[in-house]
Amino acid sequence: MATDTKLLDKEQGHQAHPVSLYLKIWLLLFVLSGLSYAVDYMQLQGVLRWTLILLFMALKAGLIISVFMHMMWERMALICAILLPPLCLTIFIGLMAIESNYTFFSRLTFFTST
Amino acid sequence: MGSHNSNHQQQGLSGFIADWSADKESFHVPWGKAMMWIFLLSDTFVFSCFLIGYMVMRMSVVEPWPNASEVFALEIAGHHIPLVLIAIMTFILITSSGTMAMAVNYGYRRDKNKTAVLMLITALLGISFVGMQAFEWTKLISEGVRPWGNPFGAAQFGAVFFMVTGFHGLHVSIGVIYLLIVAYKIFKGHYEETGKYEIVEITGLYWHFVDLVWVFIFALFYLW
Repeated sequence: MATDTKLLDKEQGHQAHPVSLYLKIWLLLFVLSGLSYAVDYMQLQGVLRWTLILLFMALKAGLIISVFMHMMWERMALICAILLPPLCLTIFIGLMAIESNYTFFSRLTFFTST
Repeated sequence: MGSHNSNHQQQGLSGFIADWSADKESFHVPWGKAMMWIFLLSDTFVFSCFLIGYMVMRMSVVEPWPNASEVFALEIAGHHIPLVLIAIMTFILITSSGTMAMAVNYGYRRDKNKTAVLMLITALLGISFVGMQAFEWTKLISEGVRPWGNPFGAAQFGAVFFMVTGFHGLHVSIGVIYLLIVAYKIFKGHYEETGKYEIVEITGLYWHFVDLVWVFIFALFYLW
C-alpha cells in the first residue's frame, strides 16, 4: 500500500498531501476572513483599516495560491510563468493612480462650484 | 545525428507543427493543468482591469462614495448588522474551497465516491453563493441602485457593483456547471480505466481561482 501511494505520487507529480494540512489551511482562511470582517464590524478607519484589509487579503490570497492551488509544490518554471507576469500590473496600477489624482484635482478646480 | 532526421523530412503543415513543437516540454505537468494555469493568468488580467477601473473611478470621483458597510447591511431579528450577507457569502466560498481541496485529495487517492460527493457539495455551496448574490442584486435594485446612479452617493458605485460582482457571479455559475459535469463523469467511473484523476485538480484550480478573486473583491470593494 505504501509503495503504491508512493508510486502514485510520482506519476501524478507529487500532488498527494496529508488531509490535516488542508484542514489547517482551511481553518486559517476562516480565521483570516473573520478578522477582515472584524475590521468592518469594529469600524476601524484610516490607515489602520487599509493596512489590515490589505494584510489579510494578501495572506488569504497567498494561502489559497500556495496550498490549495498547489503552487508551492510546483516546479520553478511553472511558478515563474504564472506568478511573474501579473507583476506588470503594479506599473499599470501606479500609472492609473497618478492619472486618477490628476483627474480628481482637475474636477475640483474646474467642475465644482462653491 | 538523431535530432536531425524526422523534423527535416516532414513537409507542409505537419512539418510546421513538428518544427515548432520539436519535442520540447517546459512544464512537467499534465497539459490540461498547464493550460488551466495559463487561462487563469489571462483571467487575472481581466479581473485586474475591472478592479483598476474601479480604483480610477473611486480615486477621481468628487461626490462621496457610498458606504458599503451600510449599503450592504441587513436587519436580522431586529438587529442592524453591517455587511452581514457579504460576510456569509465569503464564508460559504471559503468552505467550498475547502471541500474542493478535499475532493482533489481524494481524487489522487482514487476514491471515486468521496471525490464525486465532495465536488457535489462544492457545487451546492456555489449555487447557494449565486443565490445570495441574486438576493443582493434584487435588494439593491429595489432600493434604486442602477449602473448610472443610486440614492447613496457617487453614481459610479452602481456601475462598479454590477460589473464586478456580475462578472464574478458568472464565473461562479460556470464553475458550478463545470463541477457538476466532472462530478457526474467521476460518478460514472469515466476515469477508472486510466486512473488519472488530474481533471479533479484542474477543476479545483478554477474553483480556487474564483475564491481567490472574491478575496480581492471582498477586500477592495466591500471593505475599503
